[in-house]
Amino acid sequence: MQVPIKGAIDCDLHPAPPGAEALLPYLDEYWRDQLVDRHIARYSFNLTSYPPNSPLSARPDWRQKSGLPGGDLDMIRRQALDPFGSRIAICNVLHGAIALFNEDMAMALSSAINDWVAKELLDREPRLRASILVPVHNPAHAVAEIERVAADKRFVQVLLFAMGDMLLGRRPYWPIYTVAKKHDLAVAIHAGSTYRHAPMASGWSAHRVEDYVAQSAAFESQLLSFLAEGVFQEFPSLRLVLSESGFTWLPNLLWRTSKSWRGMRAEVPWIDRSPGEIIREHVRVTLQPVDSPPGDTATLLRTLEHIGSDRMLLFSTDYPHWQFDGDAVLPDGLSNEMVRRILIDNPLETYPRLQDGVQISDNAASKKEAVR
Amino acid sequence: MNIPVRHATAATKLAIVDCDIHPAFRKPSDLYPFLPAQWREHMITFGEHLRQGLSGQLAWPRMSASGLRVDAFPEDGPPGSNLDLMRRQHLDANGVEVGMLMQLSKGGMEERNLEFAAALSHAINEWQLETFVKPEPRLRAGIVVPQEDAAFAVKEIEHRAPDPSFSQIIISPRSSDPLGHRRYWPIFEAAQRCNRPIALHVQGFSGGHASTASGWPTYYMEEHYAATTGMQNTLTSLVFEGVFERFPKLKIVLVEGGFAWAPALCWRMDKHWDRLRVETPHVKRPPSEYVREHVWFTTQPIEEPDNAQHLAEVIDWLGWDRLMFSTDYPHWDFDDPQHTFKFAMTEAQKAKVFRDNAKALYGLP
Repeated sequence: MQVPIKGAIDCDLHPAPPGAEALLPYLDEYWRDQLVDRHIARYSFNLTSYPPNSPLSARPDWRQKSGLPGGDLDMIRRQALDPFGSRIAICNVLHGAIALFNEDMAMALSSAINDWVAKELLDREPRLRASILVPVHNPAHAVAEIERVAADKRFVQVLLFAMGDMLLGRRPYWPIYTVAKKHDLAVAIHAGSTYRHAPMASGWSAHRVEDYVAQSAAFESQLLSFLAEGVFQEFPSLRLVLSESGFTWLPNLLWRTSKSWRGMRAEVPWIDRSPGEIIREHVRVTLQPVDSPPGDTATLLRTLEHIGSDRMLLFSTDYPHWQFDGDAVLPDGLSNEMVRRILIDNPLETYPRLQDGVQISDNAASKKEAVR
Repeated sequence: MNIPVRHATAATKLAIVDCDIHPAFRKPSDLYPFLPAQWREHMITFGEHLRQGLSGQLAWPRMSASGLRVDAFPEDGPPGSNLDLMRRQHLDANGVEVGMLMQLSKGGMEERNLEFAAALSHAINEWQLETFVKPEPRLRAGIVVPQEDAAFAVKEIEHRAPDPSFSQIIISPRSSDPLGHRRYWPIFEAAQRCNRPIALHVQGFSGGHASTASGWPTYYMEEHYAATTGMQNTLTSLVFEGVFERFPKLKIVLVEGGFAWAPALCWRMDKHWDRLRVETPHVKRPPSEYVREHVWFTTQPIEEPDNAQHLAEVIDWLGWDRLMFSTDYPHWDFDDPQHTFKFAMTEAQKAKVFRDNAKALYGLP
């Protein structure tokens, strides 16, 4: 179904990453020289997870004759913001800096991306918010970058990836969650891989579609890591957002962890209540892709019932990725109350920084109206 | 040893097929008579060569009594090693008409030295016959083969296939490449030709890759869960490599890997297959159709939603003819047939899950 009310908050939108050349003005002299002298500036830093011409990477009618899908702000407004009446959209720029092994270059490029996002997107379109891209190779780098950017309240969350060097619940990463908490930032894990490990527990899959399907299993592993390591006990206010993860796999995870915890709680004594309860409280999941049988409303509604919470889903278009056609961004059969929760209430409850943001955005919009 | 004999109740009146029973050695040397002298010496001198840092123990210590039922220890060895106790405590007490042996360790599936793996495989299959199946006709063996040496695996499958004591083929879902890869196809071809399902039981040992796409987990709680994500990976690989298209009579049994994830995985595969189908033109039908036709699931460890009826809905999606009861005896998380299902089942559903689905799959009388 279409979005029936104004004011949606789109929690996963993908402006195209700029080419490295566009980042040169955002780099210091040393890195400018590095990128130019080594011809690094000629590369696009695409992630293997999203080949530009893959059907998944952009909806056919969102592709342009020239330029990248999501590569132009007017196009984003016309295709991703206006049709859904979104008052806010959170930009997740999926830049390949995170897949470099050189942690210093990854850090420099991530910083450049964050500054580019602020100047080229956030300054020019008041409805946009963004995630902070951080290289997690070295958590100290990630913390420094968050501290550097956090003063800009238009950055609302930290952006991590589902398949990486180590499971993200592990203790070396905790300084990232400490600084996120300090600045009222949510923590997002987005689909995507740096391919530090095989995507499957049995090795390297052959096809892109296998890798993409396997993303949901990677999200499951990340949730188990956050849970078992005790991240939610250490950071009780943490909101963990799973982006482009799918959500129909959640019931199995909730049931299985709640059961196995009863037999294994002695190993993880800090888990002081049922994992199902903890996950429902702390974890949020963006809407797209809706991985349920097309046109089968009953099955989707049963699955939502199995998830057992109307607080977990956050509206997303996943623009320009091809997850739905036309304006039918919401699955059919949702109650008005549920639609409102997904579109507005759940995102506002997830992102402390959007509480102010809504005001800013509304003011900016009304100013714009006044000018007209 | 006095074990009280339970009175038959609803489920035990129905003779059951238990699709996951673990035999064990009384002592490691039990296997020696079945190994050629060279490999017996090799076993004593070096032991197994696995892809993990600890020798002779699991890298994630199990929760309870090495993962075994504390009431299942006989006086002369570990649980599963004493046939009399297994009979009294499980086969008789729970009305097991047929039990599928699921031998995992020392069968060569995870052994890096493939010559040794072949010797282990042959020995473990002999050992199952002599120690369990000949003396106890309710038990059926599995043809345990090292999937990394497909040529040997095919020979061993062909060697065992005339013997109806072997109901299925057992290989590891923690293979060195995802199981759909072509190097494993000779095994699928042999399975189809010899009319045996392939059982994939969750494994304690890696085939060389981390249990998650972000590396190794810290706690056993995570590793235990990774068995289910690994199973999803394996099934995804089989579907998208076109294995079921190529081997239309192949039957796969996923053992102890859970099943409540399967409908959601099928929906996800269907959706993204449709979107990306130009990449895999050899996959001609929606993935869910292959799974529905080719894949069976065992029940233990059963998922337990707060609202038990939710699990019944999942089985509706999965197909009542594709779920087969299992206990995992004598492991610590054994599912008692009296208490496994916490929602009401019809007599027809009970008959299918506890007995008839397995009988149909394995061609049991």
